Amino acid sequence: MGQTMAEKVLARCSGRADVVAGEYVTARPDKLMCHEAFAPCALTLRRMGVERLADPDSVYVIIDHFFPAPTAAHAKSHSIVRDLVERYGITHDLGHSGICHQVMVEGGHVGPGELVLGTDSHSTTYGALGAAGAGIGVTEMTYALALGELWFQVPPTVRFSLSGAAGPAIMAKDVVLRLAGQFGTDVAQYAAIEFSGSLCAQMGLASRMTMANMGAELGAKFAMFPTEAFGPDQDAEFAAVHSVDVTGLEPQVAQPHNPGNVVGVSAVAGVRVDQAFLGSCTNARVEDLAVAAQVLAGRRVHPRTRLIVTPASQAVYLEALRAGHIEALAAAGAAITAPGCGACPGGHSGVIGPGEVCVSSTNRNFRGRMGSAEGFVYLASPAVVAMAALTGELSDPRELVSEPWL
Amino acid sequence: MAVIRVGSGSEAPSLMRRGRVWKFGHDVDTDVMAPWDTISAPFEERRARVLHIRPEFVEGMRPGDVVVAGRNWGCGSSREQAAENLKLLGVGAVVAESFGRIYFRNSVAIGFPNLACPGAWAACEDGDEVEVDVEGAVVRNLTWGIELRGTAWTEDMLAIVRAGGLLQVLRQRLGLG
Ligand code: SF4
Repeated sequence: MGQTMAEKVLARCSGRADVVAGEYVTARPDKLMCHEAFAPCALTLRRMGVERLADPDSVYVIIDHFFPAPTAAHAKSHSIVRDLVERYGITHDLGHSGICHQVMVEGGHVGPGELVLGTDSHSTTYGALGAAGAGIGVTEMTYALALGELWFQVPPTVRFSLSGAAGPAIMAKDVVLRLAGQFGTDVAQYAAIEFSGSLCAQMGLASRMTMANMGAELGAKFAMFPTEAFGPDQDAEFAAVHSVDVTGLEPQVAQPHNPGNVVGVSAVAGVRVDQAFLGSCTNARVEDLAVAAQVLAGRRVHPRTRLIVTPASQAVYLEALRAGHIEALAAAGAAITAPGCGACPGGHSGVIGPGEVCVSSTNRNFRGRMGSAEGFVYLASPAVVAMAALTGELSDPRELVSEPWL
Repeated sequence: MAVIRVGSGSEAPSLMRRGRVWKFGHDVDTDVMAPWDTISAPFEERRARVLHIRPEFVEGMRPGDVVVAGRNWGCGSSREQAAENLKLLGVGAVVAESFGRIYFRNSVAIGFPNLACPGAWAACEDGDEVEVDVEGAVVRNLTWGIELRGTAWTEDMLAIVRAGGLLQVLRQRLGLG
């Protein structure tokens, strides 16, 4: 019987010829990615007297959530991370170059068909390259660091077949928000997602990363795009196949306080915006900064609104700088911050206060996610974020962006 | 396939829980179980804001009480403090229509019983007395005399919880006792 991508990955990593959705296996992951959560994992191992990790060369440690350190306590925790990285002989210390998922992908640290576990729920992002990326917590990571294996249920696979002609200003973010709105944020719960269809062929890596990233918001364990090197068998069995035609889709917005609370931008047009945030592993790559620069070049950010731009990585920052996007955004009045997670999880560099409204290119708008529990976060594409920065309210970017932006 | 092998279960803690119901809705996320700005603090400082969407919960709940929730309980981030906060508060178990997958795995890893049980949400009200048998995958509403069958845990998952959590399994596997 044919296998899905998820079945193939888990079969290989558990040393089996084939596995079937629903069964439990012990698998050896190819890569382990830790952000600041490396500290609690490694401290636990030290306390236990574990001197050696199963495979230090497969471990990547990336400080991103609180970089540069906003408080002395964070600085101290980073020192602990660096000390433990050295102590455990980890050579892939990628300490100051951006958001973990962006750094893993742009650094070539993830390949098709690999099983990559991260201490972060958006590890699904690696599916943009055909990898099986999944988030786990610190206790499971501690176990995996020590033994190089972990239990898994082989997930059933939900396939999204995407087709149609994307209209003006439509980005991958609109497509994935649409999926969350139409099918619910648990459509792929305990399942893997495979994206397919003619629209995928039009999507560049940045767009695929946005889609795979927000697979987490569809409940998925993995969210994968087939690649030339790695895909499902012809006769693979899917638990469900959903076909979506994006023709005529308008830019989408997820209203507070859930990523599945999605409407077309026209339904919320006119909502006053205090902060527009262009950042995160979902949407802060060069393509995202480019569309914002197109909207804002030669114009000014609205006086009542602040625009915060946090490039996904140092490499993105540099490329956007050379392309002129950073200059266009800064000239329009954007505050450009250091690459990293920044305001996305409510950490620093742009958290919101009580009663404030933020439109954000990120992936989650849970209550309190970006600061005050009395704040309101709307999720949208970089085009919508830039348009809100320009007009001071939620408004339709198709007025200024005439092409699809996949 | 036996994934986890641990010693005999003779000293195993009971996985039977009994308490009053605290009912929550659908899509309750990990950010409200463990707000980001609290997660590095010791539990005593995190305590007050656990599940702040129901402000009376932390003070009103008694150890052993059972959370009964709708779909997608624990959706969101990988932060283990979400499940850990509930465990440390003394919540006996969580029964939900379905769970966010990382939250669920984290619960197994720290030895905190969560049971998926479709139908329980409609069958329980605040203050009902319920019994949760994690090993048997059964939820009994003692107030109304209703019995519901949940999704059984695998033997390997039960073994982790019986051992006291995945770190305990790790200690055993490394021969650290
Ligand atoms: S950018 Fe946001 S969603 Fe992405 S890893 Fe950082 S905190 Fe998580």
